Amino acid sequence: MDFVEIAVNVLASTVRLTIPLLFTALAGLYSERAGIFDIGLEGKMLASAFAAASLAFVTGSPWLGLLGGVAVSVALSAVHGFASITNKGNQIVSGVAINFVASGLTAVLGQAWFSQGGRTPQLANAARFDPIVLPGAEALRGVPVLGPIYAGLISGHNILTYLAFLAVPFSWWVLYRTRFGLRLRAVGENPAAVDTAGISVVWLRYRAVICAGIFCGFAGTYLSIAQSAAFIKEMSAGKGYIALAALIFAKWRPVPVMFACLLFGFLDAVAIRLQGTPVPFVGEVPVQIFQALPYVLTVILLAGFIGTARPPKAGGVPYTKER
Amino acid sequence: MSVPTGPLPNWVTYGLMPILNLVVAFLIAGLVVVFLGESPLLALKTMLIGALGSANGIGYTLYYATNFIFTGLSVAVAIHCGLFNIGSEGQAYVGGLGAALVAIGLGDHLPWFLTAPVAILAAALFGAAWAFLPAYLQAKRGSHVVITTIMFNFIGAAVMVYLLVNVLKVPGAMAPETKVFAEGGQLPKIGWLVQPLDPGLDAMSYAAPLNVSFFVALACCVAVWALIWRTRLGYEIRTTGLNPTAAAYAGISYVRMVVITMLISGGLAGMMALNPVMGASARLQVEFVGGAGFVGIAVALMGRNHPAGIVLAAILFGVLYQGGDYLSFDMPLITRDMIVLIQGLVILFAGALEYMFRPALAAVFARRPEAAAVKA
Repeated sequence: MDFVEIAVNVLASTVRLTIPLLFTALAGLYSERAGIFDIGLEGKMLASAFAAASLAFVTGSPWLGLLGGVAVSVALSAVHGFASITNKGNQIVSGVAINFVASGLTAVLGQAWFSQGGRTPQLANAARFDPIVLPGAEALRGVPVLGPIYAGLISGHNILTYLAFLAVPFSWWVLYRTRFGLRLRAVGENPAAVDTAGISVVWLRYRAVICAGIFCGFAGTYLSIAQSAAFIKEMSAGKGYIALAALIFAKWRPVPVMFACLLFGFLDAVAIRLQGTPVPFVGEVPVQIFQALPYVLTVILLAGFIGTARPPKAGGVPYTKER
Repeated sequence: MSVPTGPLPNWVTYGLMPILNLVVAFLIAGLVVVFLGESPLLALKTMLIGALGSANGIGYTLYYATNFIFTGLSVAVAIHCGLFNIGSEGQAYVGGLGAALVAIGLGDHLPWFLTAPVAILAAALFGAAWAFLPAYLQAKRGSHVVITTIMFNFIGAAVMVYLLVNVLKVPGAMAPETKVFAEGGQLPKIGWLVQPLDPGLDAMSYAAPLNVSFFVALACCVAVWALIWRTRLGYEIRTTGLNPTAAAYAGISYVRMVVITMLISGGLAGMMALNPVMGASARLQVEFVGGAGFVGIAVALMGRNHPAGIVLAAILFGVLYQGGDYLSFDMPLITRDMIVLIQGLVILFAGALEYMFRPALAAVFARRPEAAAVKA
């Protein structure tokens, strides 16, 4: 295999591994920018992956699967909202609870409904999101360098992949160019000011966590019916936490979120690629190094050694109107 | 929405409210069981029989409870200082390394009662070391301890898998685990404690891995109680937890408090490793913590961060774990994952929705009825 081909392969798998991170990190972006910490991203992704796979299996339609995934994820978001906005509970505790509920419920229901050890049955191709071949991809494949890049990297992904990358400028536009976004960012910094302006802090924050639910729904759906063809127990495997790390790494800004997710996706792709193959001069690199790297980088960033990550000021603090 | 603020009698705050939260969590879990087409009452009965119906069942229940006492105390100590240590899982994992190194190094030469104190110390030190950096970063650099401890859970898992696969593995063996410890590196089982409850059982057929680390856990409960409520350090920890600014004003160093508390918290989590590593399997295995660090969160929340409450909550979760195992044999439709769901519901209702029933309870029990009347 020549260098271009290897590079395109690694980058294409980078894109595939990035998508769930990207959707999830954007989900966290909306919620945390509004002042609601969301440790429950992992659980929402897992629950929506299960819902999407189950519905796609029963109905045979990936779109209904997506709808189900989003619905379940939004429902969990509503629980998080109820606990942390209405009841002024601890947001971290609520997020942890959601992760547990999702992990337990998907496994219990999966086993009870499908009796395959918590898996859903293998999906037919019609029930999944198929790769889309962009026009001219096959014709251009022969062109050196550009051909493989266009055919192997840019073309051939499913619709959710393209949506994920579109969601980045969309989120930027929503957060920085709409009234809703302005208020959402304000409520994460100074809810009292928003309240004084006569805008409901509660409703605004609910809308933010619902946005988070929608994006997590896309992430979970991608996992189970676009990347794979079934739900597998615990298939989110810590991706929610990596997304959280990416969100912090990007300092809660949409475009850097994309690059952080691409970086973490790339590390993952390289780890898979290098598994068992010796690298010149270094020898065999333990795969655990790549696995731990996103977390290590995030800790270093949080420690303020590479810039400072300043979270939204009102993050994690329930808003109490003065009595 | 105005919340009635009349003070509640203590028994309502510390007794009725947690029980009410717990009951709601179990009702919802029961609904799921109904949804699966099984009888929740039968499931409950099966669980209780599995967990408490035999000496072996009780042994297993207390074995699990031992894990949860350690991690519950770990989470609770941190909460007293206003810190949410979500990293007990990783700290326990790394603590296992300390225990295993001592058990391998000394187990061949010394009897268990000489190995054990060193192992306890090593486990606590390794666990504390893993909590040090997040603590220091929170205190000095302002990086949120929740996020850093989550990150450290994953980093710890990666480090431990690397060590088990590449360094500590027995050459030629397939499984990523250390060699089996010699007699001196194992903690004795204490089946004699519960065996008399089941006269039909002879010592040979007693299988539960309940071991002396159960007593270590109970001793830690007493120690934590004394530390938090009977020492100057404990007073400073609680003051910092209630109001860091006021504490700083009173001359209590925030940095010192955060670091010391997290070291204690990490040490307690690390000691949890004694139970599965030296007590049960006599070797260090991948993922031996098995989520006990996270159960600690539920245990601490339910036990209201008090050692006595933590013991009760830990036993409840022990019942859930052992009973859940038994249940999954008896009712194959309900898998062991049901425990994880119940755990999540308990954390949700006892933790995040802790005060959901407070307005209603305040309306009924408020000491000053006029305060409740005014809110209308």
